[in-house]
This record gives sequence, C-alpha cells and structure tokens, in this order.
Amino acid sequence: MIATASGVVLGLCLMLACKREERGLRVDPPSSSRVNSKTLSELRPGNAQVVSAQNEFEENAFAMSEGKRLYEWYNCVGCHAHGGGGMGPPLMDAKWIYGSAPDQIFATIVEGRPNGMPSFRGKIPDYQVWQLAAYVRSMSGQVPKDAAPGRDDDMNVKKPEQSTEPQEPRSTGGVPKSAERPQ
Amino acid sequence: MSARGRRPRHHALACPAFVFYALATAGCTGSQSILNPAGPNAGNVSRLWWLMFYVCAGVFLLVIAFLTAALVRTPRKTNKLAHAPDTEPDARRERRMRGVVTGAVVSTVIILFVFLVASFITSRSLYALADPNNLRIKVNGQQWWWQVEYENDVASQTFRTANEIHIPVGQTVTLRLTSSDVIHSFWVPNLAGKRDLIPGHETTLWLRADTPGTYRGQCAEYCGLQHAHMAFVVVAEPAEQFNAWMEAQRRPAVAPVSAEQQRGQQVFLASPCIMCHTIRGTDAGASVAPDLTHLASRQTIAAGMLPNTRGHLGGWISNPQELKPGNRMPPNPLSPEDLQALLSYLESLK
Repeated sequence: MIATASGVVLGLCLMLACKREERGLRVDPPSSSRVNSKTLSELRPGNAQVVSAQNEFEENAFAMSEGKRLYEWYNCVGCHAHGGGGMGPPLMDAKWIYGSAPDQIFATIVEGRPNGMPSFRGKIPDYQVWQLAAYVRSMSGQVPKDAAPGRDDDMNVKKPEQSTEPQEPRSTGGVPKSAERPQ
Repeated sequence: MSARGRRPRHHALACPAFVFYALATAGCTGSQSILNPAGPNAGNVSRLWWLMFYVCAGVFLLVIAFLTAALVRTPRKTNKLAHAPDTEPDARRERRMRGVVTGAVVSTVIILFVFLVASFITSRSLYALADPNNLRIKVNGQQWWWQVEYENDVASQTFRTANEIHIPVGQTVTLRLTSSDVIHSFWVPNLAGKRDLIPGHETTLWLRADTPGTYRGQCAEYCGLQHAHMAFVVVAEPAEQFNAWMEAQRRPAVAPVSAEQQRGQQVFLASPCIMCHTIRGTDAGASVAPDLTHLASRQTIAAGMLPNTRGHLGGWISNPQELKPGNRMPPNPLSPEDLQALLSYLESLK
C-alpha cells in the first residue's frame, strides 16, 4: 500500500518536473495568428477574441528564463533597470499602476502606457510578450518559486527571482504625481 | 564452389575495405581539413601531425613485427629437460633481455623528447605572426552565430558583418576573439588551430592564408542546442579584390529602387525585425542579431547552415524555429505579399 502510494507520488513529481522543463521551441506556425491582436476597445468585427487572464508560462522555467533574456534583449532594462526602476517605475515592488494581472501586463507592453511606456505592438511576437509578462511578475514573487529564474547571466545586482518573497500586489490608485507632467 | 556462390563473399570483403578507404581519405581534402593547410599556421601544425603520424606508425609496425616473430618463431632447442626446474638463470639470456629493455626505454624517451621539441617549435611558430600593423578583426561569438567587426583607427571606417570573414591573401590578420554569452571556439582547420572565445575575456589568434579560397570554419566548443550549426566561412582573396569588398561593406545599405523593394523596407521597419537587426542607412540599429546591411553579399544564412537564396531566406524568416530549433529568432507571421516584398528588399542589399 505504502509502496503503491509512494510510486504514485513519485510519478506525479516526475510529471510535474517535465511540465516545468517543457521547452516550447516550435511555437505557433506563423500563419495561424496575427501578432498582438489585443486592442484597447472591445469592439471588433466578427467574434471577439478572449485573452485568458492566466499565463501558462508562469509554471514554465524555460519560458521565464527566456523572458529574462528578452527583458535585456528588448531593452526593458533601459528604463526599468533590473527591477529597481529608473526612468520607468520599479517592477520588483508590490505597487502596480496599471494592474498586476498577466493580461494587464500584456496590455501594458503591447499598448504602451501614458508618460513614457512605448507600445510594442507588432514589434514583439505574442508568445514573447507572454514570456516577458511572466518574468515581470516573477520579479515581485508572483509566480511559483520552483519555476522562477534562479540566477543572473551577468553581475548580480539583487537576489534572484527564485529567492524573492511573494508580495501582495496593490494598486497605487492612479498615476504617480511625478509622472503626471507631460514629458 | 561455383562462381555464383563466391560473389557475395567477395563483396563482403570489398565493402568494409571501401568504407575504410572512404573514411580514411575523407578527411584529407576539402575546405575543412587540417591536412589541407592553406597558411603557415596550419602548415606548421600539419607538419607536426605528419611527424607524429609517421613516427607512431613506424613504432606500431615495429611492435607488431616483433610480436608476430615471437608468435611464429619456433623456440630454440636447449639441452635442458622440458620439466627441469629453472633454478639458475641463464647469464646470456639475462644479458640479452636487459639489453632489449634498455634499448626500448631509451628509444621511447628519445622519441618523446623529439616530439616535445617539435611541439615546442610548432607552438612558438604560431606566435611568430603577431604584429601590431596587422589587419584587426574582432570576432564575437554568440549563440549561435559569429559577429565580425573590421576594426580601424578611424571610427567611420569600421563595419560589422556576420558569419563571413574576408581576408587578403598573403597578409597576416589579427583576430581578437571574445564571446557575449558562453564559451565558443574559433576553428578554421585549413588556416589555424582552435582558439576559445571566452565571455569577458579577449583571446588573440593570428592567421595568414597563402592560397586563395573559401574555407569553412566551425565552433569547436559545445555551446548549446545549435552548436553544430554554428559555422562560418573564411574567404581568402587577392588584395585588390579584398579592398573592393571592404569598401563595399563600409558603405550604408543601398536605397530601395523598385516599388516592391520600397514596400519591403517598410515591412522590415514596421515588423519585429527592427528590434534585433541593423541595416545601416535606415532606422534599424539594434545590435543583438546579425547586421543585415549587406546581407545579399554573403554566401550563407543562419551561420553557415543554409545557402543564401531567396527560397531559404523566405523559409528562414517565416519560421526559423523549424529550421534551427532554439535559435533566438522568433517566427514572423507576415502576409505572403509582405514576405515577398521583404525578400525582394533583402535581396537588393548587395
């Protein structure tokens, strides 16, 4: 009885590990989707597309490490630094101006936001935006620790995402005073 | 036995012989072989290789000859009875055995010492080409391609290209090697030995090609998923041809002429391409992927993996993950018209 139970537990553990390590190298074939189809308005011809609030990449270590690479690659570091913020708001704290849900972060990247955040519509493929969104949430400990990136590829400036304590996301209640002035 | 019955046995013998011959000679020719040197560095290395090969082959044959002799030789007749206990060693035999062992040890030490000296001389010769006046080329290894930068004291004269290194025949070039992610290794067997590319550290390699030609190079240090597809070519050409090439590479990209090429440029600038690639003379200036300013002048795409033709380029742009899984370029969902226009534009970038 105990042997069977431990066998089942072991099997489940192994299966979980497989999911964590899954590498989606061959993503959607190019013709199957339009890039960044989400827009500000819900009004659209034909059937409305629904973007799910959950981001499956948040349980996938490979996807999040790709997000971490792309965060440098697409120069998110230029404004947000390695999470501490600079010209843009910090991403490693619990404060969210435009929402902490995965699809809200997706929208922030794709649509851009007032006072500086540019729109990356059409410039970053959908799946990479989701990888970035998963990584951005890992910076404040919003994702499972076992999948969050464990180390930096360059000099450490802060604790790795894996060691970040989960923080309860809270809204700042609007745009900060410093960002209100036209830039 | 009939002739018919013997035929298969004949084939069975001929086949392994043919395979062995094919394998033995496959490495001796071609554009990626240490036994086909095209410059002084590779020449010295291959001479050392041949010295070691002939000496070791000689030793091997000698050992096999003695072994065979020992096996087939009939033992010398002695007066002793076969079963008599060997209480007293035979002084003559002992002397002979001592002589044989001493001879073998001494000749082994001498051979190894000769190898040591030859290896030392070869290694010294590899550094003899160092000269501050050499043409300087900086090579940056990245997963999984090579960024090549021709350096110059005048900043506007430097330019970048990828996966293809042109060098003038008969002139020594200094390659400054580094990496921006993991350790790679730069290896053009026809021109020089391997040299590692280490992140955060610079290594130097000098090479000279004395014979014009196109030589294939390959990453020689396992560096991840597509290590096997991280190749490049070195084109050694006469000085005037090389200078013409260099002048052409320094110029910014040609402006699109036809309407389709103009549309292709718009597609390039409005799509994800612009996030990673540079085309000098346009707004595209990102530096994490190969410089495409003179893409059409290169022989290959995807780091020596595919010939640079319109069809391969189209397939590569549409879904690079299908051709080279794990590489850093995402699939690009473009409409067929946009893709064709983009291909026309890229093909015009001579």
